Amino acid sequence: MVEMIAQTSSPNIDAVIQQVAGHKGCGTTANSGKASCGSAAGQGDLPAAIWEKVKNHPCYSEEAHHHFARMHVAVAPACNIQCNYCNRKYDCANESRPGVVSEKLTPAQAAKKVVAVASVIPQMTVLGIAGPGDPLANPAKTFETFGLVAQGAPDIKLCLSTNGLMLPEYVDRIAQYNIGHVTITINMVDPEIGARIYPWIFYNHKRYTGVEAARILTDHQLRGLEMLTARGILCKVNSVMIPGINDKHLIEVNKAVKSRGAFLHNIMPLISAPEHGTVFGLNGQRGPSAQELKALQDDCQGEMNMMRHCRQCRADAVGLLGEDRSAEFTTDKIMAMDVTYDLDARRVYQEAVEEERQAKSAAKHEELSKLAGEESDISLLVAVATKGSGLINEHFGHAKEFQIYELSTSGAKFAGHRRVDMYCQGGYGEEDTLDTVIHAINDCHAVFVAKIGGCPKADLTAAGIEAVDGYAHEFIEKSALVWFKKYLAKVASGGIKHVNRGDAQIRQGALISAA
Amino acid sequence: MAYKIVASQCTGCSACEAECPNAAIREKGGTFIIDPKKCTECIGYFETAQCVAVCPVDDTCVIDNSYPRYQPKA
Repeated sequence: MVEMIAQTSSPNIDAVIQQVAGHKGCGTTANSGKASCGSAAGQGDLPAAIWEKVKNHPCYSEEAHHHFARMHVAVAPACNIQCNYCNRKYDCANESRPGVVSEKLTPAQAAKKVVAVASVIPQMTVLGIAGPGDPLANPAKTFETFGLVAQGAPDIKLCLSTNGLMLPEYVDRIAQYNIGHVTITINMVDPEIGARIYPWIFYNHKRYTGVEAARILTDHQLRGLEMLTARGILCKVNSVMIPGINDKHLIEVNKAVKSRGAFLHNIMPLISAPEHGTVFGLNGQRGPSAQELKALQDDCQGEMNMMRHCRQCRADAVGLLGEDRSAEFTTDKIMAMDVTYDLDARRVYQEAVEEERQAKSAAKHEELSKLAGEESDISLLVAVATKGSGLINEHFGHAKEFQIYELSTSGAKFAGHRRVDMYCQGGYGEEDTLDTVIHAINDCHAVFVAKIGGCPKADLTAAGIEAVDGYAHEFIEKSALVWFKKYLAKVASGGIKHVNRGDAQIRQGALISAA
Repeated sequence: MAYKIVASQCTGCSACEAECPNAAIREKGGTFIIDPKKCTECIGYFETAQCVAVCPVDDTCVIDNSYPRYQPKA
């Protein structure tokens, strides 16, 4: 364990920061034209050590998130800061899904759960501790859990997500426990702005408020980030986009975290439904629209790699991002399970998943090369119904979310996802739920599905969205590019006229587990 | 002599339990309670009561008026 840490860290802090900050991470093909870490060759322009860390981590690699799963265990209920977007009467509204009560686990229960889930879901590669409070405000439970998981399930990557207040004090312990990935939620680098987001922090046995509190917090967050980078621990920064408070400021945050070696920046929309009872929910603070969020992510894209596939999952989520299988693994069910941990079976399964990922990637690149030579300024969004594996394999009416791809002659770029919850229950759709879907993907020109009924298809067409079911069970990017090529040809021949679409709504509220 | 926790407001987050210098706080039925015999209102330890300062819900850790205020031993 100690040896591995020594290999990935470097005596020269600046060199490490430059190495990590200089590359562009995964999935940046469309904008930069560079190979991403999803290239056919595999790691693209990533250093080998970093590729090893991200290739099967769904939160750190857009490509990996179609194939590999993660889980969180809720062993850390206490928190040491107060955020205006969070109400502890429920769960943290942004970092975990609101309205869903997490089952608190002891470290021993959590370790058993990890082993059980890893046996049932062999593509589960990552364990994160993300609350529902702050892991580093519960250091004993957090590190005991990591220790037990490392014994019981040694092939699982360990991850933690923190507000960063206690980070400088625990960086060495994080390294010692071989935790390879740390996410810090950084919403500001200006204490004046911070004072509008954080009413108080609890530090050193004292409650600090206002600008003073935010100054301590930002100082610790940035120092913690530098210290993690220096130890070769990969860092993702999460930021909640709060229109009118920190939306423009997040460009500055982006620069500040990039210069300190953050690997990935994840700008998430504020969730502020009044029923969550948060300060922002109650004072009418709105969240961003889909277009506003994308514009900010695009503005930051030139600076560093942006995460667009975050599902703002809860502190006890289980499964692929976008699905939640936590109901299959309640404490009662886990304690009754008799599990044997089969390392070899997991490895074999994951190798097969890796082959599937490479096949998908190769298909995309093949189609991309066919687009070479096409010239058009047209860039548009399409929605995709998928159950994972990078395939168009979900029925329109069964989709709980749609993945959004931006198509242009430089390729198909993953641009985000839209939650729609369940539109179809038991075979028939309902009028108002179809409206919900249309609002959520209103900025798209087409929606790719495995199957769709005649009525919704007609309604989508009336709303200006083409329902495409001719690529069922084929690879997403490849199919989207084939369709896009035909679309461009029709525009060129005058068969159709290209018109820009309007904005779309980011759906608020909880995704209730369907299991 | 002591603080008490308003059970209907307690989120059960356990933040107070670890901060109490007297180990007077424990879980009971999903929320937390303060043992009034052990609570010193943090007098002699900290400037402010730790459970009050760390609690995420305002007015949840409050003085229990059924006990006289804590008097530090001279």
